[in-house]
Parts: sequence; structure tokens; C-alpha cells
Amino acid sequence: MSAPDIDESWPVVELDQVSRLFDSEPPVRAMDNVDFRVMPGEYVAIVGPSGSGKSTLLNMVGLLDRPTSGRYLLDGIDTSQLSEGQRAAARADRIGFVFQSFHLLSHRTVFENVMIGCMYQGVRRRKRRDRASTALAQVGMMHRATFVPTRLSGGERQRVAVARALAAQPSLLLCDEPTGNLDTANTGALLDLFDHLCAQGLTIVVITHDHEVARRALRRVRIVDGKLSEQR
Amino acid sequence: MADLVDEVLAGVLARPARAIFTTLGTVLGLASLVATLGISRTSGNQIVERFDALQATEVNVAVRDGASASADPVVLPWNVESRLDNLNGVVASGARADVKTNDALRTAPVIDPQAVPTVVPVVAASAGYIAAVRGHIGVGRAFDQGHIDRADRVAVLGADVATRLDISDLSNQPGVYIGDDLYVVIGIIDEARRDPGLVGSVMVPDSVAQQRFAIRGPDRVVIHTELGAARLIAGQAALALSPNDPTGLTVSAPTDARRTQRAVEHDLDGLFVLLGLISLVVGAIGIANVTLVTVMERTGEIGLRRALGAGRRHIAMQILGESAAMGFIGGVIGASAGIIVVVVVSAHRHWTPVLDPWLPIAAPPAGVVVGLIAGLYPSIRAARMEPVAALRAGT
Repeated sequence: MSAPDIDESWPVVELDQVSRLFDSEPPVRAMDNVDFRVMPGEYVAIVGPSGSGKSTLLNMVGLLDRPTSGRYLLDGIDTSQLSEGQRAAARADRIGFVFQSFHLLSHRTVFENVMIGCMYQGVRRRKRRDRASTALAQVGMMHRATFVPTRLSGGERQRVAVARALAAQPSLLLCDEPTGNLDTANTGALLDLFDHLCAQGLTIVVITHDHEVARRALRRVRIVDGKLSEQR
Repeated sequence: MADLVDEVLAGVLARPARAIFTTLGTVLGLASLVATLGISRTSGNQIVERFDALQATEVNVAVRDGASASADPVVLPWNVESRLDNLNGVVASGARADVKTNDALRTAPVIDPQAVPTVVPVVAASAGYIAAVRGHIGVGRAFDQGHIDRADRVAVLGADVATRLDISDLSNQPGVYIGDDLYVVIGIIDEARRDPGLVGSVMVPDSVAQQRFAIRGPDRVVIHTELGAARLIAGQAALALSPNDPTGLTVSAPTDARRTQRAVEHDLDGLFVLLGLISLVVGAIGIANVTLVTVMERTGEIGLRRALGAGRRHIAMQILGESAAMGFIGGVIGASAGIIVVVVVSAHRHWTPVLDPWLPIAAPPAGVVVGLIAGLYPSIRAARMEPVAALRAGT
């Protein structure tokens, strides 16, 4: 799997007529011939009511799900050709996840949690430590490196989760309702962090139903009943 | 690999109490295996030590059935000492014959006029017989070759007989009558480990018995050998005693000590190993159970790891590693506990603890194997989880 050089003209995410059909009774078309492109450095918010297919889209983009039909190119690589193991490797190298419920390991320190972010990349441990330090510094959590997550506030936990995603140095930061468990002040701080990361050139896709979060993104996409539409 | 070790250790140590309870089954299984094998080895060794001393050094020669001591031709000679004692490995040898007599034994009237005559077995013995049967003369002395050559009328009383006749002091040379013949009591034998009946008999020199009771050859020859020489001597004894007709004799030697030991151990081991294996299976089921619960609890973590790029292989390896680590810990603790049990039991029984060195070394790897087997199903379950579902299910 050789990645083409990433330049401004090459989309990070390119969905080409992607559909996802769930074999339930009756069958659910969670994505309906979706075309969706994310260029490097973009900061995209995906909004939509619950059950609209937001999560399916996120799973698709995050390589956690496969399309029923259509093509998905990540960094120009056709992911439909990849084996399960290659998709896992692609996740490790190219995608950083941030979840609503943080998904931090409660019995590991902040630093260990961040290091797990680049554990499956095959990077040497020494380099991983450097990366974890850098990522923690980026989110301003270096002073909490030896804490366990249970001693942190919600906002701090989400910053650690962002640092874990950043440690992998991904092409794409994929956030699923990142502010869902945060209060207004922490939400604001996290969005400031996203602005800051975006300014540094990171590509961010945020799924949210919070209008404040969506408003801060540079581009908004709405999904309803599996169909995608740009929003101004 | 170092990462895997780290993650496995962190996974196990995250819930130390649970890890300890989980390993308990393996600990008990391996402890019982080590303890039972150790104890069986120790006790097996003990059993051997116990009959080593007496049985492993004893060779018996008898006239083959159908040829009694009084029948012609006499196949056993009386001068066994001169025939056998020069053989390398013989410590002592002697011969005996039962004297068939209905003559009652009584003390000389001087000692106890009211003594009631009793019939006791009379045994004719050669000079080396007492030494050969590991006998012990409590009072006085045994008869020697001189008494035999002169056919002196002397007798050695068994301790039981001496008590019955009220003879304890030999300083005034008490006499006993066998029938009408008077014998001087020169010794009292209070123990004969290979011929316990001597304690209840009266023993006279073989030459006297030949004269007075028409005894011909001995019916039993006992040889006390050096340790390890018994089987060698057994092969030579018949020829030495009866060069013309060695096949007329039956020679009984102890079974090989080592073989006996192995046989004893084998019996014990079979049972104990079965018990240990059963507890090991129970331990494995325990690990499998708890690992499965842990996998279900950590659904979210597994989902996260998959999202972070872990393949199914990584997940399976981690779960297997954790169950193997618990098995290993169980093996280490189990081996230690087993050794302690062996030592405590040995100390209690005043035994020398004997333990095969490979036993404690093999226990931890055995624990790892148990852990791996136990972790197989949970790891497959964990690896099969779909990351999306796992992420949604757990936090």
C-alpha cells in the first residue's frame, strides 16, 4: 500500500456514490449514493437529526464499516480493495478518532493513554514517547501526564482523547459528538483547540447535532435519511 | 513484543484482586500436582529406605519342594559359613532346621521345682545363623563354631521362652531339659529380624541336633549381604551350597530396590497426577470464565483499540497474553505452595523431602499452557467483535 503524495489537490476523503444498506426488516438505507469530499486542511461539520445516518457516515469514513456499493478513497487509496488487516493499518496510520464518551483506559495514566494512540503504527517506543509528549503539549495537558483519567474533568479527558488521536499524526481527525459530554465552558475550550489544530493544517471532520459546534466549522454538511447536502 | 508484554501486564494488574482470584484455580491445581508428585516421590523414597535395610540385603536358600531335609540325598550342607562367607558381598550366613521333637522343655528342678514342662519349637542352627538373621543376643552369648565342633550341649533361649521359664540371669549357668537331656543356657536372644520365631524357640547347635534328634541337613539358609550385592549372591549361592545339584535349591532374592521404588511411585503418581490434572482443568475453566467476563467488560476498550488500528490478531494476542500471564503467575505461586506443602508434610513425618528439580521449573510453563488453553475461546470472542458495535456497547 503505497500512498500517493498528499497535496492540496488530492482529497483526504473521497466518497463516490457510496451506499450502505442494513439487512434489517425492512432494509434500512443508511447512506444513499453519497458523494462527499474532504480536502486537506478542511474543517467540516456533519449535522443531522438522530437516525439520519451520521454515525454510519462516520464509521464509513473511519474505515470501521464497508460500503454496500460505491467507492471510498482515503488519501487517494481505494479502501474497498484493502483487506481487513490493511484497513486496520490504515486506521492506525491515517485516522485519529475522538469519541463522545472519550474511551480512555481508566487504569492507565494520561501519558500511557496517549501512547496507545500510536501503538499500532509499528513506531519505536522511544519515538512514541516523543510523539505522546508533543501531542499532550499541543492540547495543553502535559501537566496531567501522570494522572489517571478518573481524576480529570470531562473537558480535560476529551483533551487527552484528542492528544491520543494526534499522537498518531493522522491525515484526518474524526470526531463523533466530541462535545456531547461537555459543559458550555469546556465545549468552548475544545472548539478553540480544534480551531487551533485546523490553523496548523489538520483536517477535521466533526459529527454533531450541536449548532454551536457546527457553526464554528469552516464547512457544514447536512445528512438526512442517508442523503448528503452542503449547508451555507 | 515489549508492547504486548506491557499491555498484558497492565491488563492483569488493572484488577489485581480479580487476577489473584482468577489464578487461584491454577494455583491450587499446580500446587496439588507439585505437592502430590513431591510427596509421592518423598514417600516412595521413604518406603524404599525402610525395606532397603532388611529386605534388600537378604537372600534365602531353601530345599526345593518335594525334597525334605531328612530325605536322601541331603542337598543342603551345614557348613554354610565356610562355603559362603568368602563370597564377595556376603556379610554373614547361617543355616537352620526345625527339630521335630515332642520332648517338653523344662528348667532344671534346682531353679524352679514347680515349673510345668512346655513344648516349644527347637531349632538347630549353625554358628552364623544369628548374625545372618540380624539377631540380637540380650543376655549372654551365642554359640560359636567351637561349640558346634565339640557338640556341646548348650542352648540359646528365645526371650519369650526365657520369660516363661523365669530365666533372666545366666551368671550361675542355668540349665534346661529338652526331653531328658540337659543343656546349659548360654544366651538369650531378644530379637531376630529375619526370623522372628526364634524369640519363641530354643536354639541348639546343629551338631548336637544331628546327634540327639537325627537331624540331617538344614532346611533354610539365610545370607546377609552387603547393600546391592543381594542379586549377585543369589546367583552364586545355590552353586556354592550344592555344587552337585544346584537346581535342587530355591533361592529367593529381594526384587530390585529401584524397581520396587518405581512401582510404588507409579501407583501413587497415577492417582495423584489425575487429581492434580482435574484441579488444573477446574483452574483452566476458572481462567476462561473470568477472562470471558473481562472481555465482555472491556468491549469498549477492544473497540477503541480496533479503531486505533489494532487488528484482530493484536486483540487476540493481548487476551491470550493476559490469560497466559495469569496462568504463569498461578504456576509460580502453585509451585511454591506445592514445595511448601511437601516440606511441611515431610517435616511432620520426619521424612527427607525429595523433589524432582524439573517439577518446580515445569510448573510455570504448565501454567502458561493452561492459561493459553483457557484464553483461547475468550480471545476468539474478543477478536471477532465488530469495532463499531464494540465502541457503541462500551465506554
